[in-house]
Parts: sequence; C-alpha cells; structure tokens
Amino acid sequence: MAMTITEKLLARAAGREAVSPGELIMARVDFCLGNDITAPVAIDEFEKAGFERVFAPDRIALIPDHFTPSKDIKTAGLVKQMREFSRKHGLTHYYDVGRVGVEHALLPELGLVGPGDVVVGADSHTCTYGALGAFATGVGSTDLAGAMATGEVWFRVPESLKFEFTGKPGPYVTGKDLILYTIGQIGVDGALYQAMEFTGPAIEGLSMDSRFSICNMAIEAGGKNGIIAADATTRAYVEGRFRREPFYAYSDREAQYAAHYRWRAEDIPLMVAKPHLPSNTQAAAELCGVRIDQVVIGSCTNGRLEDLRMAAEILRGHKVHKDVRLIVIPATQAVWQKAMEEGLFSVFLDAEAVVSAPTCGPCLGGHMGILAEGERALSTTNRNFVGRMGHPGSEVYLAGPYVAAASAVAGHIATPEQIGARRAA
Amino acid sequence: MTGPSKAGVLRGKAWVFGDDIDTDRILPGAWLHLTDPAEIASHCLEGVDPDFAGSAKPGDFIVAGKNFGCGSSREPATFSIKALGIGAVIARSFARIFLRNAIGIGLPVIVAPGVADEVSPGDELEVDLTAGRVSNLTTGVVHQGQEFPEFMRRIVAEGGIIPYAQRRVTERAQKRLLDHSREDRT
Repeated sequence: MAMTITEKLLARAAGREAVSPGELIMARVDFCLGNDITAPVAIDEFEKAGFERVFAPDRIALIPDHFTPSKDIKTAGLVKQMREFSRKHGLTHYYDVGRVGVEHALLPELGLVGPGDVVVGADSHTCTYGALGAFATGVGSTDLAGAMATGEVWFRVPESLKFEFTGKPGPYVTGKDLILYTIGQIGVDGALYQAMEFTGPAIEGLSMDSRFSICNMAIEAGGKNGIIAADATTRAYVEGRFRREPFYAYSDREAQYAAHYRWRAEDIPLMVAKPHLPSNTQAAAELCGVRIDQVVIGSCTNGRLEDLRMAAEILRGHKVHKDVRLIVIPATQAVWQKAMEEGLFSVFLDAEAVVSAPTCGPCLGGHMGILAEGERALSTTNRNFVGRMGHPGSEVYLAGPYVAAASAVAGHIATPEQIGARRAA
Repeated sequence: MTGPSKAGVLRGKAWVFGDDIDTDRILPGAWLHLTDPAEIASHCLEGVDPDFAGSAKPGDFIVAGKNFGCGSSREPATFSIKALGIGAVIARSFARIFLRNAIGIGLPVIVAPGVADEVSPGDELEVDLTAGRVSNLTTGVVHQGQEFPEFMRRIVAEGGIIPYAQRRVTERAQKRLLDHSREDRT
C-alpha cells in the first residue's frame, strides 16, 4: 500500500504494516518534552494520578525556556517544580540556565530528536522537528502526563497535503518567507488536522536552519505536523549528533494527498504577516513605511545561527533607527557562542542592538521586551495574535531576519534593497 | 433558568464569538504563571471580551466560528473555560491541540457547523451532551453536532486521558508480574 512519509512513521510507531488517514492508532513515542508553562501542569497531573515512574528517563526533556532566567517569583516556582521532578525521576535531559536554550532549537542541536522519530511535545511548535524527517506534533499538558507514564499517545492518522516549491528563491528570500507565503495562501486553518509535507528543488536547496523555520510554522496553518524528507543536508546535520539510530522514510510515488500545491519559489517575495493573524500576509516591499517601535530577532522560528548571520549581514555598518529598540535573542548557548566567535555580536552592538540570554521571552509576551499600548513590533517570531507581545492594544508584524534587520535600521518596515543593500540571488 | 435540568442536558445562555479565536486571546501569556483555578477563570477570553469572565454564569455556553482555540498548546486556556463553569463550547471547527486538550481534561465540546450562524448573543440554549444536540430555545431551531469516533468517546467516558493512562500502566504491571523471565522494558 502506497503511503506518505507521515503515514509510514505513524505505522511504524503503531507496530503496523500500514495505516490510512482517519484511523485512530496508539503510537509508541520516541521522545517527549515539556517547558516551564506546560510541564508543571503535566507534573501535577502525573503526581495526582499516582504514577510512580516515567516510561524512560532518557526519553523526556524538560526545558524551562519561556520565562527564564526566571522573571519573577511565580515563574521561579514553576522551574523549581521541573527541577525537582527531574531529580526525583532521574531525567537525563533537564537543562537549566547556562545550558538551556529555546526548546525547538535545543533538542535538534543536542541530537535528542532525529529522522524517523515520533515526538510529542507540550508546546504547539513541536512540529519544528519535522524538518529532520520526523513526525512531531504538539499536545497539551495532560497528554504529556499520559505520555510520560506510558510512552504512548493516541493519534488520528492525518491526511497529507503536499507543498511543492519549484525553482530557486530570489535574493534574501528565506524559509520564513516560503512558510508565510504558504499560510497566506491557505489560511490559519488551511491544513487543520493535516500533515504538511514540503518538497521540491527550492526546499532541497535550503539549509537545516531554514527548514526548521518552515516546519515550525506548520501549526500556524492548523497543521498537525510539518515534514521534510531527509536528504544529504539532513544526513550531514544528523551525523555525529543524533544519539539514536536514524530511520529514513520517504513518501511513495503513489501516495495519496488531500491536495497538492505547486508554487514557483522565484515568484515568492519577501513576506510580512500583518496583525493579527499569521495568514494576513503581504509583500514586505508594499508595506514600506509602516513605522515600528521594536524589532525582535530570535525564537524557535528564527533564533538560529543562520538567522543571526543574516541579520548581521544587513546591520553591518548601520545603526538601529533612533526610535527603534532592536532585541537579538540567540536561541541556544551554542548559537550564542558561535555568534560571538564569528564577531556577530560586535555588529549588533555597533548597531546599538541589545543581545539577550536564550529565552522565548517577548515572543509570547513573557518578558525581555513587552509592548505598551499602541506600540508596534516587527518580529521574526511566529505569532501576531492580539496582545501576543504585550498590551492588547499593541501590534506585531512577522517577517524573516533580513526584513527585520532592514526595518530596524529604517525605523519602518523595509526590505534590504530599500535600505540600499544589494545582492544577487 | 440556567444549569443542568436532567442528566447530560444543560441549559444556559449563549456567548457568541467569531472565527479563529486563538489561545492567546482566550488566556494571554501574561497569566500563564497562574495556578489558582478561580484566578485563571477570571481571565478567560480576556483578549476578546474583558467583561466576559465577570458576566458569564456557570452553565452558559460559548458559541464560536471556525478554528476555535488555534495557536499555542497552553492547556490553561482550555482549563480557564472549564474553570469558569462553561457548560460546553460549540463551534464550527476546533484547532486540533485545543480539541485534544478539551478531551484530555473533560471540557465538553461540540462540532456543529450551523450554530455560529444561527445563534445570537444571549439566546437560551439547551444542549444534550450525550446526543450532541443543540436546541436554540429562543428561536426554536435544533442543531445536530458531529459524532466523535468511538475511541475518543471512550477516553471521555473514562474521565480523560489520565484514567486511560492509569489503566495502561496497571495492565502492564500485571503483565510484568506474569512474565518473570523477561526484561520489563524493551
């Protein structure tokens, strides 16, 4: 029976020869995770239920990344609860300040998740790991509690959608622009309950960092998972990093898709999503002139080394506009160190940006750059819902790192070309 | 009259919301450190209507358009609705993690595509949770919700995902006792 990559991974995890969309299965989980928002609730449920032990202490990551370094007494208590639970159950993968990073950048970087895995995380952006050729999806805290106890999770096998990008992206166009374009085309529920499979020459030409950005935002189209089949780029990333045996799966030629979208990458411009939905997209060049108060470069979407290099490329020799605050947040300690060694921080500091410790921070209105009423931010993060970054009367525009850096310099939304940068594709 | 009238049948007032109500608007990030149910409930749907949590009565219903609960997986958003005492959420469609969370914590949800178009704010509804039926007592229109698969109904009937997981763990422990000769983890 012909299957998509998503169906093959779910069939394997369910111990079945084959599965079809719509079937309900009980699947073995290779890895699960929770953060400082979701894990404390899961721990409460786990303990209330009287579970005595976790299914495997080396297959659970508890990552305090949202409000850390702890922003106040209450959030310090949440992290303390995670720390104590991790000690009690001997969890291998608990990472505290100094070691922790934004979860969806950290887990792939440490080789904790990899090709063929079935991963559930109590965080909606768990779908990021699909970039490695894994099935990864977000769940809530109670589901996480169940998974920590049993190592199993129920799924409805999703229909798959194929997104094929032909050709080669234009100058400065990144994975972020491809995914914003996709969400703009199909809407915030355009892939509801479905698997989003990204293929085509334009995808194959992307770095892992750009692929993570794409799969990260599958949830913003309502998708259950985003997935990109492994290729040489994936194998090079995984080699010497992934701590278990990779399993490489590929969609069959005859596999069934609920829909097949085919777009020419060269037709896709630099994109921006306007308030208050990620699907409210427009070409960045057409929004030139929209004034901004703050720019954030970071998050599980765009806080990796490639993103910081892109930002530095634009910022070099420029100052951040006098009316703008630029906040740069490297996603992990390793990204931080490499960025420092490459001299990127000198570029940011010369431009008068601030560089923060790794944290989710302002993305969800947590800390490290909250917006006041009437303020407007342009951010490389993934959500621009009402009040996402602060006051319900503030606004968030979403874009990739090139547009973010150019806009920080201009004081309004701008493309690199609009501030005088020139580069061939 | 609000509140339950017979087993599985609830009566209350409709609070009507639009499409794509995200979990940041149901429970803004600023409140994610809260742990007290009453305090969490007091911020329910604050990003859409700051007066909602103070005005809604236990047993009232949330009626919404498509993709209710999209965005973050934050279970406190789902929980804030349950903690406020809302009888059920009736929507054209639900975002998937929200739906999973609702099933996981036992918040009744009904997928009924026509309800958001027909029901007006303040309409009196009677909801039969077992049958998935929504009757608008103000207009006299009856809506039939979609039936959930047997597997999901069984989880809800067991009281959510935790009792289900407890049974799995117990079954395995019993199997281990019967099976002395083998390692307990594969």
